[in-house]
Amino acid sequence: MPIARSDAVIWIWQQPCYTVETVTPARRNLYSMSDLWGGLTQAFWLLATMDADLVEISLRSLRVTLTALLVASVVALPFAAFLVVRRFRLRRMTIAVLNALMGLPPVVVGLVVYVFLSRSGPFGVFGLLFTPTAMIIAQVIIIVPLIASIAHQSLRELWGDYHDLLISLNTTQFQRIQALLWDGRRALLTAALAGFGRAIGEVGAIMIVGGNIDHATRVLTTAIALETGKGDFALALALGFVLIALAVAVNLMIHRLSHTESEGRW
Amino acid sequence: MQMFPLVAKQAVVRRQGKVLAGPIDLTLQGQGVTIVIGPNGAGKTSLLKMLHGIVRLNGGSLSWACPTVEARKHQGFVFQAPVMMRRSVIENIAYPLRLIGVAKAEARLRAQDWAGQVGLGHALKQQATMLSGGERQKLALARALIRDPQVLFLDEPCASLDGRATREIEEILTRAAANGTRLIMSTHNMGQAQRLADEVIFVLHGKIHEFLPAEVFFASPATQQGRAFLRGDIVE
Repeated sequence: MPIARSDAVIWIWQQPCYTVETVTPARRNLYSMSDLWGGLTQAFWLLATMDADLVEISLRSLRVTLTALLVASVVALPFAAFLVVRRFRLRRMTIAVLNALMGLPPVVVGLVVYVFLSRSGPFGVFGLLFTPTAMIIAQVIIIVPLIASIAHQSLRELWGDYHDLLISLNTTQFQRIQALLWDGRRALLTAALAGFGRAIGEVGAIMIVGGNIDHATRVLTTAIALETGKGDFALALALGFVLIALAVAVNLMIHRLSHTESEGRW
Repeated sequence: MQMFPLVAKQAVVRRQGKVLAGPIDLTLQGQGVTIVIGPNGAGKTSLLKMLHGIVRLNGGSLSWACPTVEARKHQGFVFQAPVMMRRSVIENIAYPLRLIGVAKAEARLRAQDWAGQVGLGHALKQQATMLSGGERQKLALARALIRDPQVLFLDEPCASLDGRATREIEEILTRAAANGTRLIMSTHNMGQAQRLADEVIFVLHGKIHEFLPAEVFFASPATQQGRAFLRGDIVE
């Protein structure tokens, strides 16, 4: 005799939950530790053997993120400098909106980009949905306000120092922006690296617009989400460690190339 | 290009409703060294910035013999706290030339020459912010003089410098004046004012209290406040 749905719920509710009762907190910790340890060893072996899939998605992660970072920096840094040197009516509001947009929810960005790029959307004709380009577009939208806001803060201080000198030297607005961007370049690096950090760890938007397609749009973060969903925590953790290592390596490399923290430099 | 006379008529500068300088009526001719003196907060810096055009007038007028846009191209300003751009010494000095389109190699060559003239030849590649107070002021002077300005405004360029650094700065200024640069400079150092001045502007409460040839002012100031200031009394 078929049982009613509500009866089934009550039956399940009344069953003793053996799994929870038999796994003691100590044993649960042990499982977590073994996941962590498994993740670490798996990460080591994936790196040591230069696993082809890992290399592919790592390189794609880097390509997408660095391209997004480059595009976002080209837009955000001059815009931040412009906001510093130029007085216009809606300037304060623009800065407030920019600051507010730092907390832009990536999923919403992904959704909006999806709508715009989908076949029936205004840019559907370009066929960009579920491509790395779509992922780059979403990341650019997410990190432009972040980079512009942080850059604005640093450049505002520099402008305070330079204001009288640059006015006295009869500079054009373009020359002022140039001077601020060049002389503030090391402070701006921090803004760019913050953008990099946000972009490389981003998953919501790029999952929506990229689709996490194997050998096409799968990157480290979406792969982690996938493996977690499948219950392969060790592999997910391994990918996570690789992601962290990659982010740290890129940061260190950029710092080294730009000679920050060396004597007399900024 | 004929820039002088510089004529200010009822020129006023305000900030947040408070009068910083003015109303000023003044006519400056094209030769010599004009020293601006007065107590702290009297409006010396505001007067210099007004004449240079860094701050906008809130009333009155200021006119050069040539169009103001042209006049601005032939002026320099040295600030009391010299602004060091985050670059090397040579790049700092060459910067004004780069702004007007001088090729990088030529700008650096001329900057190197000026650095030598002001005694910074040894520190060309050093970061400017690592310089001492005296060296910073020399750099600021070289940067202001590299375009051969017809007028150079200086806002207490020797404040907080020791005797030796002050003498070196004065030598540079004397050379610049001898080469035809018109100097308009504020100072608290009465000895320096007497050494350099051809004419003196005594500023009090944002207004020009006295404007006299230096020998006349230092011999017999026209007002009681002027006399008190020269005596070293507190003038309010």
